[in-house]
Amino acid sequence: MDHERYDDTYIRAILRETKIIAMVGASSNWNRPSYFAMKYLQRKGFRVIPVNPREAGKEILGETVYASLAEVPDKIDMVDVFRNSEAAGPVADEAVAVGAKILWMQLGVRNDAAAARAEAAGLKVVMNRCPKIEFGRLSREIGWMGINTGVISSKRRSQL
Amino acid sequence: MADTPSYGFETLAVHAGAAPDPVTGSRATPIHQTTAFVFDDVDHAASLFNLQVFGNIYTRLTNPTVAVLEQRLAGLEGGRGAVAAASGHSAQMMAFHVLMEAGDHFIAAKQLYGGSLTQFGQSFKKFGWDATTVDATNVQNFRDAMRPNTKAIFIENLANPGGVVVDVEAVAAVAHEAGVPLIVDNTLATPFLARPFEWGADIVVHSLTKFLGGHGNSLGGMVVESGKFDWAQNDKYPSLTEPNASYHGLKFYETFGDMAYSVAIRAQSLRDLGPALSPMNAFLILTGIETLPLRMERHCDNALKVAEFLEAHPKVDWVSYAGLKSSRFYDLGKKYLPRGAGAVFTFGVKGGFESGVTIVENVELISHLANIGDTRSLIIHPASTTHRQLGEAELIAAGAGPDVVRLSVGIETVDDIIRDLDQALSRV
Repeated sequence: MDHERYDDTYIRAILRETKIIAMVGASSNWNRPSYFAMKYLQRKGFRVIPVNPREAGKEILGETVYASLAEVPDKIDMVDVFRNSEAAGPVADEAVAVGAKILWMQLGVRNDAAAARAEAAGLKVVMNRCPKIEFGRLSREIGWMGINTGVISSKRRSQL
Repeated sequence: MADTPSYGFETLAVHAGAAPDPVTGSRATPIHQTTAFVFDDVDHAASLFNLQVFGNIYTRLTNPTVAVLEQRLAGLEGGRGAVAAASGHSAQMMAFHVLMEAGDHFIAAKQLYGGSLTQFGQSFKKFGWDATTVDATNVQNFRDAMRPNTKAIFIENLANPGGVVVDVEAVAAVAHEAGVPLIVDNTLATPFLARPFEWGADIVVHSLTKFLGGHGNSLGGMVVESGKFDWAQNDKYPSLTEPNASYHGLKFYETFGDMAYSVAIRAQSLRDLGPALSPMNAFLILTGIETLPLRMERHCDNALKVAEFLEAHPKVDWVSYAGLKSSRFYDLGKKYLPRGAGAVFTFGVKGGFESGVTIVENVELISHLANIGDTRSLIIHPASTTHRQLGEAELIAAGAGPDVVRLSVGIETVDDIIRDLDQALSRV
Protein backbone atom coordinates (compact mmCIF):
# COMPACT_ATOMS: atom_id res chain seq x y z
CA MET A 1 0.00 0.00 0.00
CA ASP A 2 1.38 3.36 -1.06
CA HIS A 3 0.92 5.81 1.81
CA GLU A 4 2.31 8.82 -0.04
CA ARG A 5 -0.88 9.28 -2.00
CA TYR A 6 -4.33 7.71 -1.83
CA ASP A 7 -6.83 7.39 -4.65
CA ASP A 8 -10.06 9.32 -4.10
CA THR A 9 -11.93 6.03 -4.50
CA TYR A 10 -10.03 4.51 -1.54
CA ILE A 11 -10.78 7.46 0.78
CA ARG A 12 -14.36 7.75 -0.44
CA ALA A 13 -15.04 4.06 0.25
CA ILE A 14 -13.62 4.37 3.78
CA LEU A 15 -15.77 7.40 4.58
CA ARG A 16 -18.85 5.68 3.15
CA GLU A 17 -18.45 2.45 5.13
CA THR A 18 -17.66 4.19 8.42
CA LYS A 19 -20.45 4.85 10.90
CA ILE A 20 -18.74 4.89 14.30
CA ILE A 21 -15.40 6.64 14.83
CA ALA A 22 -13.36 6.36 18.02
CA MET A 23 -11.28 9.55 18.27
CA VAL A 24 -8.13 8.91 20.30
CA GLY A 25 -6.78 12.13 21.74
CA ALA A 26 -10.12 13.97 21.57
CA SER A 27 -10.09 17.24 23.51
CA SER A 28 -12.85 19.03 25.39
CA ASN A 29 -11.15 22.36 24.56
CA TRP A 30 -13.37 23.79 21.84
CA ASN A 31 -10.59 25.45 19.89
CA ARG A 32 -8.41 22.35 19.51
CA PRO A 33 -8.29 20.78 16.03
CA SER A 34 -9.73 17.47 17.34
CA TYR A 35 -12.81 19.28 18.64
CA PHE A 36 -13.28 20.93 15.21
CA ALA A 37 -13.04 17.56 13.48
CA MET A 38 -15.38 15.85 15.93
CA LYS A 39 -18.03 18.54 15.62
CA TYR A 40 -17.86 18.50 11.84
CA LEU A 41 -18.00 14.72 11.54
CA GLN A 42 -20.99 14.59 13.92
CA ARG A 43 -22.84 17.04 11.68
CA LYS A 44 -22.11 14.76 8.74
CA GLY A 45 -23.86 11.84 10.46
CA PHE A 46 -20.92 9.99 11.97
CA ARG A 47 -21.03 8.95 15.60
CA VAL A 48 -17.75 10.03 17.18
CA ILE A 49 -16.73 8.48 20.50
CA PRO A 50 -13.94 10.37 22.30
CA VAL A 51 -11.06 8.43 23.87
CA ASN A 52 -8.71 10.24 26.22
CA PRO A 53 -7.59 8.93 29.65
CA ARG A 54 -7.21 12.47 31.01
CA GLU A 55 -10.84 13.29 30.21
CA ALA A 56 -12.36 9.87 30.96
CA GLY A 57 -15.90 10.01 32.35
CA LYS A 58 -16.52 13.55 31.10
CA GLU A 59 -18.64 14.39 28.07
CA ILE A 60 -17.49 16.00 24.82
CA LEU A 61 -20.17 17.17 22.39
CA GLY A 62 -22.72 14.89 24.06
CA GLU A 63 -20.55 11.75 24.00
CA THR A 64 -18.98 10.04 27.03
CA VAL A 65 -15.18 10.00 27.00
CA TYR A 66 -13.49 6.62 27.54
CA ALA A 67 -9.99 6.04 28.89
CA SER A 68 -9.05 3.48 26.22
CA LEU A 69 -10.37 1.85 23.07
CA ALA A 70 -10.94 -1.39 25.01
CA GLU A 71 -13.45 0.39 27.27
CA VAL A 72 -15.64 1.64 24.40
CA PRO A 73 -18.82 -0.47 24.55
CA ASP A 74 -19.79 0.08 20.89
CA LYS A 75 -18.40 -1.63 17.83
CA ILE A 76 -15.82 0.75 16.34
CA ASP A 77 -15.48 1.11 12.56
CA MET A 78 -12.64 3.63 12.47
CA VAL A 79 -9.97 4.64 14.96
CA ASP A 80 -8.93 8.26 14.29
CA VAL A 81 -5.56 9.02 15.90
CA PHE A 82 -5.06 12.56 17.22
CA ARG A 83 -1.74 11.61 18.90
CA ASN A 84 1.86 11.97 17.75
CA SER A 85 3.47 9.48 15.38
CA GLU A 86 5.19 7.52 18.14
CA ALA A 87 2.04 7.20 20.24
CA ALA A 88 0.18 6.00 17.15
CA GLY A 89 2.04 2.64 17.48
CA PRO A 90 0.29 1.32 20.61
CA VAL A 91 -3.00 2.87 19.42
CA ALA A 92 -2.72 0.83 16.22
CA ASP A 93 -2.31 -2.39 18.24
CA GLU A 94 -5.36 -1.51 20.36
CA ALA A 95 -7.33 -0.78 17.18
CA VAL A 96 -6.51 -4.27 15.92
CA ALA A 97 -7.42 -5.76 19.31
CA VAL A 98 -10.90 -4.16 19.36
CA GLY A 99 -11.64 -5.27 15.79
CA ALA A 100 -11.71 -1.86 14.09
CA LYS A 101 -11.83 -1.92 10.30
CA ILE A 102 -9.95 1.30 9.63
CA LEU A 103 -6.93 2.97 11.23
CA TRP A 104 -6.73 6.65 10.37
CA MET A 105 -3.79 8.80 11.51
CA GLN A 106 -4.28 12.57 11.45
CA LEU A 107 -2.43 15.21 9.43
CA GLY A 108 1.20 15.15 10.50
CA VAL A 109 0.91 11.68 12.05
CA ARG A 110 2.69 8.82 10.30
CA ASN A 111 3.93 5.49 11.69
CA ASP A 112 4.76 3.02 8.93
CA ALA A 113 5.51 0.10 11.26
CA ALA A 114 2.16 0.53 12.99
CA ALA A 115 0.45 0.79 9.60
CA ALA A 116 2.07 -2.46 8.48
CA ARG A 117 0.88 -4.30 11.61
CA ALA A 118 -2.66 -2.99 11.17
CA GLU A 119 -2.70 -3.90 7.49
CA ALA A 120 -1.42 -7.39 8.29
CA ALA A 121 -4.44 -7.73 10.60
CA GLY A 122 -6.77 -6.74 7.76
CA LEU A 123 -7.37 -3.07 8.57
CA LYS A 124 -7.39 -0.31 5.97
CA VAL A 125 -4.93 2.43 6.88
CA VAL A 126 -4.76 6.15 6.10
CA MET A 127 -1.92 8.32 7.39
CA ASN A 128 -1.16 12.05 7.42
CA ARG A 129 -4.70 13.06 6.44
CA CYS A 130 -7.71 14.52 8.26
CA PRO A 131 -11.13 12.89 7.76
CA LYS A 132 -12.82 16.27 8.11
CA ILE A 133 -10.69 17.78 5.36
CA GLU A 134 -11.07 14.68 3.14
CA PHE A 135 -14.86 14.63 3.63
CA GLY A 136 -14.99 18.35 2.89
CA ARG A 137 -12.78 17.92 -0.16
CA LEU A 138 -14.61 14.95 -1.71
CA SER A 139 -18.02 16.52 -1.02
CA ARG A 140 -16.52 19.75 -2.43
CA GLU A 141 -17.68 21.66 0.67
CA ILE A 142 -14.13 22.76 1.36
CA GLY A 143 -14.25 24.61 -1.95
CA TRP A 144 -16.63 27.08 -0.34
CA MET A 145 -13.53 28.40 1.42
CA GLY A 146 -11.64 28.71 -1.87
CA ILE A 147 -9.66 25.54 -1.21
CA ASN A 148 -8.58 23.52 -4.24
CA THR A 149 -10.45 20.19 -4.12
CA GLY A 150 -8.92 18.85 -7.33
CA VAL A 151 -12.31 17.24 -7.97
CA ILE A 152 -13.97 17.77 -11.36
CA SER A 153 -17.41 16.31 -12.03
CA SER A 154 -20.20 16.92 -14.53
CA LYS A 155 -22.71 15.38 -12.11
CA ARG A 156 -24.89 17.16 -9.62
CA ARG A 157 -23.04 17.30 -6.33
CA SER A 158 -23.65 14.32 -4.09
CA GLN A 159 -22.76 14.30 -0.44
CA LEU A 160 -19.58 12.32 -1.04
CA MET B 1 -0.97 16.05 -1.37
CA ALA B 2 -2.50 15.44 -4.79
CA ASP B 3 -4.86 12.52 -4.32
CA THR B 4 -6.95 13.21 -7.42
CA PRO B 5 -6.35 12.65 -11.11
CA SER B 6 -4.45 15.54 -12.64
CA TYR B 7 -6.14 17.39 -15.48
CA GLY B 8 -4.63 19.46 -18.28
CA PHE B 9 -4.54 23.24 -18.10
CA GLU B 10 -7.28 23.75 -20.69
CA THR B 11 -9.60 21.37 -18.80
CA LEU B 12 -8.95 23.21 -15.54
CA ALA B 13 -9.59 26.58 -17.23
CA VAL B 14 -13.09 25.41 -18.13
CA HIS B 15 -13.98 23.23 -15.14
CA ALA B 16 -11.88 23.76 -11.99
CA GLY B 17 -14.11 24.66 -9.05
CA ALA B 18 -17.37 24.46 -11.02
CA ALA B 19 -20.01 21.73 -10.96
CA PRO B 20 -23.69 21.53 -11.89
CA ASP B 21 -25.86 23.17 -9.26
CA PRO B 22 -26.99 20.36 -6.92
CA VAL B 23 -30.56 21.65 -6.60
CA THR B 24 -31.44 22.93 -10.07
CA GLY B 25 -28.90 21.19 -12.30
CA SER B 26 -27.77 24.54 -13.78
CA ARG B 27 -24.59 23.82 -15.75
CA ALA B 28 -23.19 27.35 -15.87
CA THR B 29 -22.11 28.71 -12.49
CA PRO B 30 -25.10 30.53 -10.92
CA ILE B 31 -24.64 34.15 -9.84
CA HIS B 32 -25.38 34.08 -6.12
CA GLN B 33 -26.35 37.75 -5.87
CA THR B 34 -27.09 37.69 -2.15
CA THR B 35 -25.55 39.38 0.85
CA ALA B 36 -26.27 36.66 3.42
CA PHE B 37 -27.09 32.96 3.89
CA VAL B 38 -29.55 31.38 6.33
CA PHE B 39 -28.40 29.21 9.24
CA ASP B 40 -29.95 25.80 9.96
CA ASP B 41 -30.11 26.61 13.68
CA VAL B 42 -28.10 28.49 16.30
CA ASP B 43 -25.61 25.66 16.71
CA HIS B 44 -24.94 25.71 12.95
CA ALA B 45 -24.45 29.48 13.15
CA ALA B 46 -22.00 29.13 16.03
CA SER B 47 -20.08 26.39 14.22
CA LEU B 48 -19.78 28.58 11.12
CA PHE B 49 -18.58 31.62 13.07
CA ASN B 50 -16.05 29.45 14.91
CA LEU B 51 -14.76 28.08 11.54
CA GLN B 52 -15.66 24.53 12.66
CA VAL B 53 -17.81 23.70 9.64
CA PHE B 54 -17.65 24.81 6.01
CA GLY B 55 -20.44 27.05 4.82
CA ASN B 56 -21.58 30.53 3.95
CA ILE B 57 -22.44 33.34 6.35
CA TYR B 58 -22.08 36.64 4.53
CA THR B 59 -20.77 37.54 1.07
CA ARG B 60 -17.94 39.65 2.51
CA LEU B 61 -16.44 36.35 3.76
CA THR B 62 -17.56 33.71 1.26
CA ASN B 63 -19.94 33.50 -1.67
CA PRO B 64 -20.60 30.39 -3.77
CA THR B 65 -19.99 32.15 -7.12
CA VAL B 66 -16.82 33.79 -5.88
CA ALA B 67 -15.69 30.45 -4.40
CA VAL B 68 -15.81 28.83 -7.85
CA LEU B 69 -13.47 31.54 -9.12
CA GLU B 70 -11.17 31.04 -6.13
CA GLN B 71 -10.96 27.32 -6.80
CA ARG B 72 -10.44 27.99 -10.51
CA LEU B 73 -7.36 30.10 -9.77
CA ALA B 74 -6.05 27.68 -7.15
CA GLY B 75 -6.39 24.90 -9.73
CA LEU B 76 -4.73 26.82 -12.56
CA GLU B 77 -1.80 27.88 -10.38
CA GLY B 78 -1.40 24.44 -8.81
CA GLY B 79 -2.04 25.98 -5.39
CA ARG B 80 -3.74 24.79 -2.22
CA GLY B 81 -6.26 27.60 -1.84
CA ALA B 82 -7.15 31.10 -2.93
CA VAL B 83 -9.00 34.19 -1.74
CA ALA B 84 -10.62 36.64 -4.15
CA ALA B 85 -10.62 40.41 -3.75
CA ALA B 86 -12.32 43.39 -5.35
CA SER B 87 -9.16 44.37 -7.23
CA GLY B 88 -5.54 43.37 -7.69
CA HIS B 89 -4.56 46.16 -5.32
CA SER B 90 -6.75 44.89 -2.49
CA ALA B 91 -5.49 41.34 -3.10
CA GLN B 92 -1.96 42.64 -2.58
CA MET B 93 -2.97 44.43 0.59
CA MET B 94 -4.46 41.23 2.00
CA ALA B 95 -1.47 39.14 0.95
CA PHE B 96 0.69 41.32 3.21
CA HIS B 97 -1.87 41.89 5.96
CA VAL B 98 -1.53 38.38 7.40
CA LEU B 99 2.28 38.52 7.22
CA MET B 100 3.04 42.01 8.49
CA GLU B 101 2.83 43.80 11.82
CA ALA B 102 3.40 47.53 12.22
CA GLY B 103 7.16 48.11 12.09
CA ASP B 104 7.80 45.17 9.75
CA HIS B 105 9.65 45.30 6.46
CA PHE B 106 9.51 43.65 3.05
CA ILE B 107 11.61 43.77 -0.09
CA ALA B 108 10.05 44.52 -3.46
CA ALA B 109 11.46 44.55 -6.96
CA LYS B 110 11.93 48.00 -8.43
CA GLN B 111 10.50 46.64 -11.69
CA LEU B 112 6.82 46.65 -10.75
CA TYR B 113 3.56 48.07 -11.97
CA GLY B 114 3.70 51.75 -10.96
CA GLY B 115 0.50 51.44 -8.94
CA SER B 116 2.14 48.75 -6.79
CA LEU B 117 5.16 50.96 -6.12
CA THR B 118 2.84 53.78 -5.02
CA GLN B 119 0.78 51.44 -2.82
CA PHE B 120 3.92 50.13 -1.12
CA GLY B 121 5.68 53.49 -0.83
CA GLN B 122 2.75 55.67 0.20
CA SER B 123 -0.24 53.83 1.66
CA PHE B 124 1.56 50.86 3.25
CA LYS B 125 3.81 53.35 5.03
CA LYS B 126 0.72 54.55 6.92
CA PHE B 127 0.28 51.01 8.28
CA GLY B 128 3.87 51.04 9.50
CA TRP B 129 4.92 48.63 6.74
CA ASP B 130 8.30 49.54 5.32
CA ALA B 131 9.24 48.48 1.78
CA THR B 132 12.72 48.52 0.25
CA THR B 133 12.78 48.40 -3.55
CA VAL B 134 15.73 46.79 -5.33
CA ASP B 135 16.78 46.14 -8.91
CA ALA B 136 15.43 42.63 -9.51
CA THR B 137 17.79 41.91 -12.39
CA ASN B 138 20.53 41.24 -9.80
CA VAL B 139 19.38 38.60 -7.31
CA GLN B 140 22.10 39.54 -4.81
CA ASN B 141 20.23 42.81 -4.22
CA PHE B 142 17.48 40.91 -2.42
CA ARG B 143 19.98 39.20 -0.13
CA ASP B 144 21.66 42.51 0.68
CA ALA B 145 18.35 44.18 1.56
CA MET B 146 17.28 41.47 4.02
CA ARG B 147 16.72 42.63 7.63
CA PRO B 148 15.73 40.79 10.82
CA ASN B 149 12.19 42.20 10.53
CA THR B 150 11.81 41.36 6.81
CA LYS B 151 8.63 39.31 6.29
CA ALA B 152 8.45 38.74 2.53
CA ILE B 153 9.92 39.35 -0.93
CA PHE B 154 7.59 40.65 -3.64
CA ILE B 155 8.27 40.50 -7.39
CA GLU B 156 6.51 40.49 -10.73
CA ASN B 157 7.83 37.55 -12.75
CA LEU B 158 7.02 39.35 -16.00
CA ALA B 159 7.12 43.00 -15.03
CA ASN B 160 4.69 45.66 -16.18
CA PRO B 161 5.20 47.76 -18.33
CA GLY B 162 6.90 44.81 -19.81
CA GLY B 163 10.02 43.24 -21.13
CA VAL B 164 11.65 42.38 -17.78
CA VAL B 165 11.72 38.71 -16.72
CA VAL B 166 12.83 38.00 -13.16
CA ASP B 167 14.74 34.86 -12.14
CA VAL B 168 11.99 33.48 -9.87
CA GLU B 169 13.85 30.33 -8.85
CA ALA B 170 16.89 32.29 -7.67
CA VAL B 171 14.84 34.87 -5.78
CA ALA B 172 12.81 32.08 -4.12
CA ALA B 173 16.08 30.58 -2.86
CA VAL B 174 17.06 33.92 -1.28
CA ALA B 175 13.65 34.20 0.39
CA HIS B 176 13.81 30.68 1.78
CA GLU B 177 17.36 31.15 3.11
CA ALA B 178 15.89 33.94 5.24
CA GLY B 179 12.77 31.95 6.19
CA VAL B 180 10.34 34.29 4.41
CA PRO B 181 7.87 33.61 1.59
CA LEU B 182 8.25 34.79 -2.00
CA ILE B 183 5.16 36.59 -3.31
CA VAL B 184 4.87 36.73 -7.11
CA ASP B 185 2.51 38.98 -9.04
CA ASN B 186 1.69 36.71 -12.01
CA THR B 187 -0.76 39.13 -13.64
CA LEU B 188 1.03 39.74 -16.92
CA ALA B 189 2.02 36.12 -17.53
CA THR B 190 -1.13 34.41 -16.18
CA PRO B 191 -0.81 30.76 -15.11
CA PHE B 192 -1.07 29.77 -18.76
CA LEU B 193 2.39 31.20 -19.45
CA ALA B 194 4.03 30.80 -16.02
CA ARG B 195 3.27 28.92 -12.82
CA PRO B 196 5.48 30.51 -10.14
CA PHE B 197 4.82 27.73 -7.58
CA GLU B 198 6.76 25.35 -9.84
CA TRP B 199 9.82 27.58 -9.32
CA GLY B 200 9.55 27.91 -5.54
CA ALA B 201 7.17 30.84 -5.06
CA ASP B 202 4.93 30.54 -1.99
CA ILE B 203 2.19 33.07 -2.72
CA VAL B 204 0.84 34.30 -6.06
CA VAL B 205 -1.24 37.46 -6.48
CA HIS B 206 -3.26 38.51 -9.49
CA SER B 207 -5.14 41.37 -10.93
CA LEU B 208 -7.92 39.33 -12.55
CA THR B 209 -8.90 42.54 -14.34
CA LYS B 210 -6.23 41.86 -16.97
CA PHE B 211 -5.78 38.73 -19.09
CA LEU B 212 -7.61 36.32 -16.75
CA GLY B 213 -10.93 38.17 -17.02
CA GLY B 214 -9.58 39.22 -20.35
CA HIS B 215 -12.40 41.34 -21.74
CA GLY B 216 -11.88 44.63 -19.95
CA ASN B 217 -15.25 44.47 -18.20
CA SER B 218 -14.63 43.54 -14.53
CA LEU B 219 -12.18 44.38 -11.77
CA GLY B 220 -10.97 41.59 -9.54
CA GLY B 221 -7.97 40.32 -7.61
CA MET B 222 -6.77 37.04 -6.11
CA VAL B 223 -4.28 35.70 -3.57
CA VAL B 224 -3.24 32.06 -4.09
CA GLU B 225 -1.13 30.02 -1.66
CA SER B 226 1.02 27.03 -2.51
CA GLY B 227 0.35 25.35 0.84
CA LYS B 228 4.04 24.45 1.10
CA PHE B 229 5.47 27.22 3.29
CA ASP B 230 6.28 26.28 6.91
CA TRP B 231 4.90 29.20 8.92
CA ALA B 232 6.22 27.77 12.18
CA GLN B 233 9.91 27.60 11.14
CA ASN B 234 10.49 30.95 12.93
CA ASP B 235 8.51 33.42 15.02
CA LYS B 236 7.91 35.88 12.17
CA TYR B 237 4.22 35.15 11.55
CA PRO B 238 2.19 35.52 14.77
CA SER B 239 -1.09 35.98 12.84
CA LEU B 240 -0.69 32.35 11.74
CA THR B 241 1.07 30.69 14.65
CA GLU B 242 -0.08 32.53 17.80
CA PRO B 243 -3.54 32.31 19.41
CA ASN B 244 -5.99 34.67 17.70
CA ALA B 245 -8.07 36.69 20.16
CA SER B 246 -10.99 37.20 17.75
CA TYR B 247 -11.36 33.42 17.41
CA HIS B 248 -11.03 32.65 21.13
CA GLY B 249 -7.38 31.66 20.95
CA LEU B 250 -7.49 29.56 17.78
CA LYS B 251 -4.10 29.06 16.12
CA PHE B 252 -4.56 29.14 12.36
CA TYR B 253 -1.50 27.15 11.29
CA GLU B 254 -2.07 24.41 13.86
CA THR B 255 -5.77 24.12 12.98
CA PHE B 256 -5.74 24.55 9.20
CA GLY B 257 -2.27 23.29 8.30
CA ASP B 258 -1.39 23.71 4.65
CA MET B 259 -4.37 25.98 4.00
CA ALA B 260 -3.80 28.22 7.04
CA TYR B 261 -2.66 31.25 5.08
CA SER B 262 -5.73 31.44 2.86
CA VAL B 263 -8.11 30.71 5.74
CA ALA B 264 -6.39 33.45 7.76
CA ILE B 265 -6.68 35.95 4.91
CA ARG B 266 -10.40 35.19 4.70
CA ALA B 267 -11.06 35.13 8.44
CA GLN B 268 -8.86 38.12 9.32
CA SER B 269 -8.10 40.32 6.30
CA LEU B 270 -11.26 39.91 4.22
CA ARG B 271 -13.35 40.10 7.39
CA ASP B 272 -11.71 43.26 8.72
CA LEU B 273 -10.52 45.12 5.62
CA GLY B 274 -13.57 44.16 3.58
CA PRO B 275 -12.56 44.19 -0.11
CA ALA B 276 -14.88 41.37 -1.19
CA LEU B 277 -15.34 40.62 -4.88
CA SER B 278 -18.89 40.98 -6.19
CA PRO B 279 -20.55 37.73 -7.40
CA MET B 280 -21.39 39.37 -10.73
CA ASN B 281 -17.74 40.23 -11.38
CA ALA B 282 -16.73 36.72 -10.34
CA PHE B 283 -19.15 35.31 -12.92
CA LEU B 284 -17.81 37.53 -15.71
CA ILE B 285 -14.21 36.72 -14.85
CA LEU B 286 -15.01 32.98 -14.71
CA THR B 287 -16.50 33.18 -18.17
CA GLY B 288 -13.36 34.93 -19.38
CA ILE B 289 -11.04 32.33 -17.88
CA GLU B 290 -12.71 29.52 -19.84
CA THR B 291 -11.00 30.86 -22.98
CA LEU B 292 -7.73 31.97 -21.33
CA PRO B 293 -5.54 29.38 -23.13
CA LEU B 294 -6.95 30.26 -26.56
CA ARG B 295 -6.67 33.98 -25.94
CA MET B 296 -3.15 33.88 -24.52
CA GLU B 297 -1.85 31.95 -27.53
CA ARG B 298 -3.27 34.61 -29.85
CA HIS B 299 -2.14 37.48 -27.59
CA CYS B 300 1.43 36.14 -27.60
CA ASP B 301 1.52 35.38 -31.34
CA ASN B 302 0.23 38.86 -32.14
CA ALA B 303 2.56 40.55 -29.65
CA LEU B 304 5.64 38.90 -31.13
CA LYS B 305 4.66 39.93 -34.67
CA VAL B 306 3.92 43.51 -33.57
CA ALA B 307 7.22 43.67 -31.65
CA GLU B 308 9.13 42.42 -34.72
CA PHE B 309 7.38 44.99 -36.90
CA LEU B 310 8.25 47.82 -34.51
CA GLU B 311 11.86 46.69 -34.08
CA ALA B 312 12.33 46.97 -37.85
CA HIS B 313 10.55 50.33 -38.12
CA PRO B 314 12.79 53.34 -38.90
CA LYS B 315 10.94 55.63 -36.47
CA VAL B 316 11.35 53.25 -33.52
CA ASP B 317 14.53 53.43 -31.41
CA TRP B 318 14.07 50.33 -29.31
CA VAL B 319 11.56 47.63 -28.33
CA SER B 320 11.57 46.00 -24.89
CA TYR B 321 9.89 42.61 -25.35
CA ALA B 322 11.33 39.42 -23.85
CA GLY B 323 10.17 37.44 -26.88
CA LEU B 324 12.65 39.25 -29.13
CA LYS B 325 16.12 37.74 -29.52
CA SER B 326 17.54 41.24 -29.00
CA SER B 327 16.12 41.35 -25.45
CA ARG B 328 18.54 40.82 -22.56
CA PHE B 329 15.71 38.80 -20.97
CA TYR B 330 15.26 36.47 -23.95
CA ASP B 331 16.97 33.49 -22.22
CA LEU B 332 15.10 33.95 -18.92
CA GLY B 333 11.94 34.20 -20.99
CA LYS B 334 12.68 30.86 -22.63
CA LYS B 335 13.05 29.30 -19.17
CA TYR B 336 10.09 30.86 -17.38
CA LEU B 337 7.73 31.71 -20.25
CA PRO B 338 8.23 28.95 -22.83
CA ARG B 339 4.80 29.45 -24.39
CA GLY B 340 5.24 33.16 -25.03
CA ALA B 341 6.48 36.36 -23.45
CA GLY B 342 3.07 37.91 -22.87
CA ALA B 343 1.42 40.74 -24.76
CA VAL B 344 2.39 43.91 -22.87
CA PHE B 345 5.58 45.72 -23.74
CA THR B 346 7.10 49.15 -24.34
CA PHE B 347 8.89 50.73 -27.23
CA GLY B 348 10.74 54.01 -27.70
CA VAL B 349 9.73 56.32 -30.51
CA LYS B 350 12.15 58.72 -32.18
CA GLY B 351 11.39 62.35 -31.39
CA GLY B 352 10.54 61.84 -27.71
CA PHE B 353 7.52 63.28 -25.94
CA GLU B 354 5.84 64.90 -28.97
CA SER B 355 6.15 61.73 -31.03
CA GLY B 356 4.61 59.66 -28.24
CA VAL B 357 1.64 62.02 -28.10
CA THR B 358 1.29 61.90 -31.91
CA ILE B 359 1.08 58.12 -31.92
CA VAL B 360 -1.53 57.70 -29.17
CA GLU B 361 -3.66 60.49 -30.64
CA ASN B 362 -3.61 59.05 -34.16
CA VAL B 363 -4.30 55.35 -33.65
CA GLU B 364 -7.77 54.40 -34.90
CA LEU B 365 -8.17 50.71 -34.06
CA ILE B 366 -6.01 50.64 -30.93
CA SER B 367 -7.63 52.24 -27.85
CA HIS B 368 -5.88 55.02 -25.94
CA LEU B 369 -6.56 54.16 -22.29
CA ALA B 370 -4.97 53.09 -19.00
CA ASN B 371 -5.47 49.34 -18.85
CA ILE B 372 -3.87 46.16 -20.14
CA GLY B 373 -4.93 42.62 -20.88
CA ASP B 374 -8.08 43.29 -22.90
CA THR B 375 -9.17 41.44 -26.06
CA ARG B 376 -8.76 44.89 -27.68
CA SER B 377 -5.34 46.34 -28.39
CA LEU B 378 -4.52 49.19 -26.01
CA ILE B 379 -1.92 51.93 -26.03
CA ILE B 380 -0.70 54.57 -23.61
CA HIS B 381 2.05 57.17 -23.48
CA PRO B 382 2.90 57.19 -19.75
CA ALA B 383 4.82 60.48 -19.77
CA SER B 384 1.74 62.43 -20.94
CA THR B 385 -0.84 60.53 -18.88
CA THR B 386 -0.26 58.18 -15.94
CA HIS B 387 3.16 59.62 -15.05
CA ARG B 388 2.43 63.25 -15.96
CA GLN B 389 3.24 64.57 -12.47
CA LEU B 390 6.84 63.35 -12.64
CA GLY B 391 9.88 65.30 -13.81
CA GLU B 392 12.08 63.99 -16.64
CA ALA B 393 14.62 62.28 -14.33
CA GLU B 394 11.82 60.61 -12.40
CA LEU B 395 10.13 59.57 -15.64
CA ILE B 396 13.27 57.80 -16.83
CA ALA B 397 13.80 56.13 -13.44
CA ALA B 398 10.22 54.82 -13.59
CA GLY B 399 10.75 53.37 -17.07
CA ALA B 400 8.36 56.00 -18.40
CA GLY B 401 10.75 58.29 -20.24
CA PRO B 402 9.36 60.85 -22.70
CA ASP B 403 9.78 58.50 -25.67
CA VAL B 404 8.18 55.42 -24.04
CA VAL B 405 4.94 54.02 -25.46
CA ARG B 406 3.25 50.98 -23.84
CA LEU B 407 1.22 48.52 -25.87
CA SER B 408 -1.12 45.76 -24.75
CA VAL B 409 -1.58 43.72 -27.89
CA GLY B 410 -5.08 42.33 -28.36
CA ILE B 411 -6.48 39.37 -30.25
CA GLU B 412 -7.61 41.21 -33.37
CA THR B 413 -6.22 40.34 -36.83
CA VAL B 414 -2.54 41.10 -36.38
CA ASP B 415 -2.19 42.78 -39.78
CA ASP B 416 -4.82 45.30 -38.73
CA ILE B 417 -2.95 46.13 -35.51
CA ILE B 418 0.29 46.58 -37.45
CA ARG B 419 -1.38 48.72 -40.13
CA ASP B 420 -2.82 51.01 -37.45
CA LEU B 421 0.55 51.45 -35.75
CA ASP B 422 2.20 52.03 -39.13
CA GLN B 423 -0.18 54.83 -40.09
CA ALA B 424 0.19 56.46 -36.65
CA LEU B 425 4.00 56.23 -36.87
CA SER B 426 3.87 57.76 -40.35
CA ARG B 427 2.64 61.02 -38.76
CA VAL B 428 5.68 61.27 -36.48
